[in-house]
Amino acid sequence: MSEQITGAQSLVRALESAGAEIAFGIPGGAILPAYDPLFDSKKLRHVLVRHEQGAGHAAEGYAMATGKVGVCIATSGPGATNLVTPISNAYMDSTPIVAITGQVASSMIGSDAFQEADIRGITMPITKHNFLVTNPDEIARTVAEAFYIASTGRPGPVLVDIAKDAMQAMTTFDYPERVDLPGYRPAAKPHSKQIREAAKLIVGAKRPVFYIGGGVLLAHATEEFKSLAELTGIPVVTTLMARGAFPDNHPQHMGMPGMHGTVGAVGALQRADLLIALGTRFDDRVTGKLSTFAPGATVIHADIDPAEISKNRIADVPIVGDARDVIADLIVAVRAELEAGNQVDLTGWWKQLDAWRQTYPLAYDTPADGSLSPQQVIERLGKIVGPDAVYVAGVGQHQMWAAHYLPHLKPHTWLNSGGAGTMGFAIPAAMGAKFGRPEATVWAIDGDGCFQMTNQELVTCALEGAPIKVALINNGSLGMVRQWQTLFYNERYSNTDLHSRRVPDFVKLADAMGCVGLRCENADDVDATIEKAMGINDAPVVVEFVVHKDAMVWPMVAAGTSNDDIKVARDLAPAWEAEVL
Amino acid sequence: MSTHTLSVLVENKPGVLARIAELFARRGFNIESLAVGPTEYDEVSRMTIVVNVEDSPLEQVTKQLNKLINVLKIVELEPGSSVSRELLLVKVKTDAGTRSQVLEVVELFRARVVDVAADALTIEATGGSDKLAALMRMLEPFGVKELVQSGMVAVGRGSRSITDRALRPIDRPA
Repeated sequence: MSEQITGAQSLVRALESAGAEIAFGIPGGAILPAYDPLFDSKKLRHVLVRHEQGAGHAAEGYAMATGKVGVCIATSGPGATNLVTPISNAYMDSTPIVAITGQVASSMIGSDAFQEADIRGITMPITKHNFLVTNPDEIARTVAEAFYIASTGRPGPVLVDIAKDAMQAMTTFDYPERVDLPGYRPAAKPHSKQIREAAKLIVGAKRPVFYIGGGVLLAHATEEFKSLAELTGIPVVTTLMARGAFPDNHPQHMGMPGMHGTVGAVGALQRADLLIALGTRFDDRVTGKLSTFAPGATVIHADIDPAEISKNRIADVPIVGDARDVIADLIVAVRAELEAGNQVDLTGWWKQLDAWRQTYPLAYDTPADGSLSPQQVIERLGKIVGPDAVYVAGVGQHQMWAAHYLPHLKPHTWLNSGGAGTMGFAIPAAMGAKFGRPEATVWAIDGDGCFQMTNQELVTCALEGAPIKVALINNGSLGMVRQWQTLFYNERYSNTDLHSRRVPDFVKLADAMGCVGLRCENADDVDATIEKAMGINDAPVVVEFVVHKDAMVWPMVAAGTSNDDIKVARDLAPAWEAEVL
Repeated sequence: MSTHTLSVLVENKPGVLARIAELFARRGFNIESLAVGPTEYDEVSRMTIVVNVEDSPLEQVTKQLNKLINVLKIVELEPGSSVSRELLLVKVKTDAGTRSQVLEVVELFRARVVDVAADALTIEATGGSDKLAALMRMLEPFGVKELVQSGMVAVGRGSRSITDRALRPIDRPA
């Protein structure tokens, strides 16, 4: 007879069998049975966080930095509902995480018991799949299925809610060698006819653009993509989620497209006759007003999720498949076209593109009053720290500046919250990244608004040995919202002034949380302060950069307008037609 | 806008109906009619969903449905090549003067009387939605006390079954 163990032991063993090395969580009543065997686990480390939202974002940061499945654990009710934001964030950005939650005993479910919440129902719209387990015999198999679903196909979050009595009851451990889900067939090979069709269009186009999304990173296809890009000489734009998928310093790279994209990248998409969209989803922040997006372009759209194809923009050549397979097949097909004598001539197109990027490079003003320019701080940080560090951003102005001014040269070194735009992402995600890649320098670039949402995880970092570094860009306000108020609400700054140059004292706050706190207030000290932070490796470091509050993110396409109406500064639009061939 | 009938094979597991309903609500698609029931396999249920959408959102509906792990197969049933039926139970006011007229309508529509009271008849009818609507138009003048109607169920014509291929993996003993 097989060994009898508790459901909770089965859970911990299943997590170990699934390859989980680390889990971020907080215990509580309903999940308590699981924490007993977890105490003894040699393979699975548990990091006790300070808020479940931090556990979720840490799992995301770990997953994004390592490519493995991130794990977070919470108890029932409020513990579980605190995971909702990170789960939703992971769903929007296709990050593979598994959330384990305790549920009240199965006999109590539905009775509005203490700390009961229908977390399966709550997370249905924001998980790739979720489970409620009430039978101890099903715990191990369900965990295996959760990891399989989270990590295959288009990755995403999976929640496993386990009733307390199922964890307390006896069972035998039975972890399946392979998972068979009859309704889930993620591995689709790209259709060869569509690939040939795409290759023909690629060699025949006059103004083609590679529009690269986060899917290329998720598929670990950046090397293959570089070969394809160089084989064709076609310009490349990388979305916010794809920064680092193609090196910023590559001559074919036109930068980031979208609401705060470069003129070169936005112009390239708008004037293209062919978009080769790989692992991207035509998000509204990229397309602007959809009906005016890339009006002259034929669209090749490859994605692993068939539902993304033709969801927003109708694809002329739809290709369902993993970006890596698609790119590998495209290389073969494009090469065949070239060998058959078809030539790609993009001389005229490049002349146009070069004119745009020379006329409208990324630029910022240094404040006249001698205060710090946030862009300059971030640019210097990137220069000093270099392209090997992992950079993690929150959401807002600092995120956009980090997307533009950091050196995005390597894949999986840029972590941020894209689709959901979750303020407070940076600190816990940086913590997760640091646990996943302890050898890497991990810098969170955060705003004073974001920082005050989740900074308590710095306590976790200090106690659990995650010496991350934080560049806190303090402009004393909710900067991006303030920018919109400046531009669209007649400079009526309703509730965006955080007064965070007076309160809190971030240096003291950092100190109180077991971190080293540094402050930098003028341009001459920027380099020295960053270097000082780089020299501290035995504790987390928070560097507060007190910056000018009126700095704005440019370029900008106002929400709901056409990309053609991009502004490079307030009231300053590019002269498109003057440059057109 | 046009009406489409989707036959959706799903795993017979708790919460599946909620997932489907939630998906339609979240993506802003309206369900006109929904019927859920067993199939010839215990572990599989079949949903017949009538939606009223344009063609391109319909493709989005089916793609999103297909992403649900518990959804096994989706087939759109075309009106010309399928049979669809709804079930209707209606309680109509009758008295000695009107009962025979109501019974005549019942006869005409090949409906059945399933319950009789002194002042009412309960009538059962099956058919396509047009037929049931026509029946109701005939009964309304007598006074409808209570009406209950099922969602539409539909099946393709001919000998082929949509469960044939979809369920092969399930047939294997676990």
